[in-house]
Amino acid sequence: MINASLVELRRALDARQISSVELATLFLDRITALNPQLNAFITVDRDGALTAARAADARIAAGDAGPLTGIPLAHKDVFCTEGVLTTCASKMLGNFVSPYDAHVVSLLKAAGAVSLGKTNMDEFAMGSSNENSYYGPVKNPWDATRVPGGSSGGSAAAVAARLAPIATGTDTGGSVRQPASFCGITGIKPTYGLVSRYGMVAFASSLDQGGAFGASAEDCALLLSAMTGFDERDSTSLERPAEDYAAALAAPAAGKPLDGLRIGLPREFFAEGMADGVRTAIEAALAQYRALGATTVEVSLPNAKLAIPAYYVIAPAECSSNLSRFDGVRYGHRAAEYTDLADMYGKSRAEGFGAEVKRRILVGTYVLSHGYYDAYYLQAQRLRRLIAEDFKAALAQCDVIAGPTVPNTAWALGEMADDPVQMYLSDIYTIAVNLAGLPGLSHPCGFDAQGLPVGLQLVGDYFSEARLLATTHRFQQATDWHRQRPACAQ
Amino acid sequence: MSRTDWEVVIGLEVHAQLNTASKIFSGASTAFGAEPNRQTSAVDIALPGVLPVLNRGAVERAIRFGLAIGAHVAPTSVFARKNYFYPDLPKGYQISQFELPVVQGGEITIRVGEGDKAYEKTVRLTRAHLEEDAGKSLHEDFHGMTGIDLNRAGTPLLEIVSEPDMRSSAEAVAYARALHALVRWIDICDGNMQEGSFRCDANVSVRHKGATEFGTRREIKNLNSFRFLQQAIDYEVQWQIATIEDGGRIQQATVLFDPDSGETRMMRSKEDAHDYRYFPDPDLLPLVISDEWKARVQADMPELPGAMKARFMDEWGLSAYDATTLTASKEVADFYQATVSAASAALAKPCANWVMGDLAARLNKAELDISASPVSPAQLAGLVARIADNTISNAIGKKVFDALWNGECTTADEIIDRQGLKQVTDIGAIEAIIDEVLAANPKSVEEFRAGKEKAFNALVGQAMKASKGKANPSQVNELLRKKLGG
Repeated sequence: MINASLVELRRALDARQISSVELATLFLDRITALNPQLNAFITVDRDGALTAARAADARIAAGDAGPLTGIPLAHKDVFCTEGVLTTCASKMLGNFVSPYDAHVVSLLKAAGAVSLGKTNMDEFAMGSSNENSYYGPVKNPWDATRVPGGSSGGSAAAVAARLAPIATGTDTGGSVRQPASFCGITGIKPTYGLVSRYGMVAFASSLDQGGAFGASAEDCALLLSAMTGFDERDSTSLERPAEDYAAALAAPAAGKPLDGLRIGLPREFFAEGMADGVRTAIEAALAQYRALGATTVEVSLPNAKLAIPAYYVIAPAECSSNLSRFDGVRYGHRAAEYTDLADMYGKSRAEGFGAEVKRRILVGTYVLSHGYYDAYYLQAQRLRRLIAEDFKAALAQCDVIAGPTVPNTAWALGEMADDPVQMYLSDIYTIAVNLAGLPGLSHPCGFDAQGLPVGLQLVGDYFSEARLLATTHRFQQATDWHRQRPACAQ
Repeated sequence: MSRTDWEVVIGLEVHAQLNTASKIFSGASTAFGAEPNRQTSAVDIALPGVLPVLNRGAVERAIRFGLAIGAHVAPTSVFARKNYFYPDLPKGYQISQFELPVVQGGEITIRVGEGDKAYEKTVRLTRAHLEEDAGKSLHEDFHGMTGIDLNRAGTPLLEIVSEPDMRSSAEAVAYARALHALVRWIDICDGNMQEGSFRCDANVSVRHKGATEFGTRREIKNLNSFRFLQQAIDYEVQWQIATIEDGGRIQQATVLFDPDSGETRMMRSKEDAHDYRYFPDPDLLPLVISDEWKARVQADMPELPGAMKARFMDEWGLSAYDATTLTASKEVADFYQATVSAASAALAKPCANWVMGDLAARLNKAELDISASPVSPAQLAGLVARIADNTISNAIGKKVFDALWNGECTTADEIIDRQGLKQVTDIGAIEAIIDEVLAANPKSVEEFRAGKEKAFNALVGQAMKASKGKANPSQVNELLRKKLGG
């Protein structure tokens, strides 16, 4: 049952082969058993989960069940949850209980999904390894000496280790796709504006976007369908009709189900810097895509290499302002002793934030300062437009863009701890997608020589989530990489 | 060098609180006077994860203001974050507009001074932009600690910035008053200065007459009455001149005015100024205002003071002075128009005289606003009509006005009837009175005949007195002269 797909779980729940309470208990018990090693959860809400599961069982009994009614899931601890700790993996919010639910959380509650708890992450979603957590690093379920990726490392590890069938995440520069790649699962970041940011604690507002983790594209489609939709409380939320991404997968698989699909391969992504094991797996996956009927065409993203410098100006700039509200005045951590107001601010923030968060606040404050704004912030915004134009040109020549999600597989815990810039560079393939606001998906496509999962990233035009999910679904119907499980989940 | 060789340069920044029911980025109420922190939503206290949503009513008021002053209403403007830490600023930044404000340019005509020395002047506006107010820090009552009240946080403000076009404190006050009247006229701000709905910052500098460069300015913050505005500028000007004449230099600074001492004192110098690190707020899309939206706002616009003033002059024959005075505020204009429409257009001039004369004087003495006038427009119109048709004299009219003011009657006709105030115009009756007066005052008659014109006035007074004021004064004059001459 722990490895069942959402479709199978739905069938079992509807057929009363298992109750939602039993299903929640099954996963809660796995969390109890495995979380001490994996550290994927910050908060486990057993009581809340069982209460929600009982309500879901009543709905199922009443014949009022939707696709996610009674399905357990986990929320990244960046989503505000009423009555449950929302820490953002920071000491700053170590005592923060939100009085309201994030839009995503309330949508999933209304759908009858059962939240098991809140997953670990890089502090305020800043990081690529989940080592920047006040609650300690998450371990990769495939190899506990390695990182799970970040910033949504807890959600990715939880789904990979089957501590939850599905989980929410957020993706500012790859924080859903990169950990999905490192943990051998599927993760999608939709078009900017599709998932409401209301109640999602902001890191970099113009880049942050909620996303979905699942073992497969099919599971992601079911979760994403329930997360999207216009929200008047988020001014950047897009007003468009809701889509049923799962229904979009249902087209009958013909002999060559991807006939006519043009896959663009950015020259720059295949040039250099990619680990051998990653290259081998990606090329094999592309061969598989061609075998399914797709054609591949070389495209170019000439400004993609500028994505990292642009991102590391824009994201810190926005974060330096977004995190100003954590001042110890109204909620969150306040220093025990201080002499005056400035001292209270200084000490509360110095004690409450970790090193990476401070680094980004300092960088962001600097680039927005008088006399530097034009050279950094405005210049980065110009690059951002160039990058978006690159994608537009490339997507005129193809239907989806494919490449590795990350140049490498999961690295060892502590390996990059002293070299933040090296870690920033590992986000080379994912960051440009956020700058352009496009949807991106990572799905498992093999393993390297160490047996670590490799992820393939698909990027499509705005609102092409259905296409990305359907394309992946065809691939997953023909392969079983997405059915591979780490030892702890077998 | 004497004071007359200096020129004063003043520009004003006015924060007008927009009279929307809810805040600019949240649904919390903007009503004044609630218990601390009772009118705060999750957005206002900046809980983690909350986002701002722009109140269209605030934008509409900004558009109305822009159209009223003939400004460019920007089809696209941008909200920016102004970053600084303060406990009553929950987000650590204020959402404002920086590079692209919603209202650009425009002008306001002001009338400065009184009587023969009065003159008109046009003050140009630089811009007006939308922003949110901060909360309040309460430094008293908390024993060395500071209380924070966030009820005001997120209240919509229109910050209206003038060009440095004013050359005296009188001009600055005239501009502030004109702006105050306008925002109330177009109903975008209640103008309540005690409650902080209309606050002025004055940028003041001095330079030698004929100089082309501006002097270094100091900004006087948060002046919440016209009197303080005038006092603060006057003090600041003499201080700046004295400083320069003593060989000193003016440093750019922000200063506060202390109403108790009547002095300004430095709050922070330019060196201490914040670097606000403005950047476009990524939580808000650029504000787009369509031509259709502007047209809708224009269609709802009340007649503006300038147009009304012209109409009073053209259609009702008022003087420029009268028309300006009667359009100085919406309330006065409304009262005056209601009075004329209850009387008749032909009586527009006497109506104007009453509104600006006796009524204004009584209201002023009683410290009442015209909207609280005990005499209604209809009552005043009834009185003006009776004077115009010679039912009563102007002098009796003042008595009738008193009766109306004191609530002794509900209409002028009622008191005229009850007290028999109707003017006596019967020649026989007036002649009889005059005969009595002449018989009783032979000394005055003698003096008049000896060439003392004063004695004639005394006799008129006696005759009026004898008629209890009801005799028609011009008839008394005429008949008396005839009898004395005859």
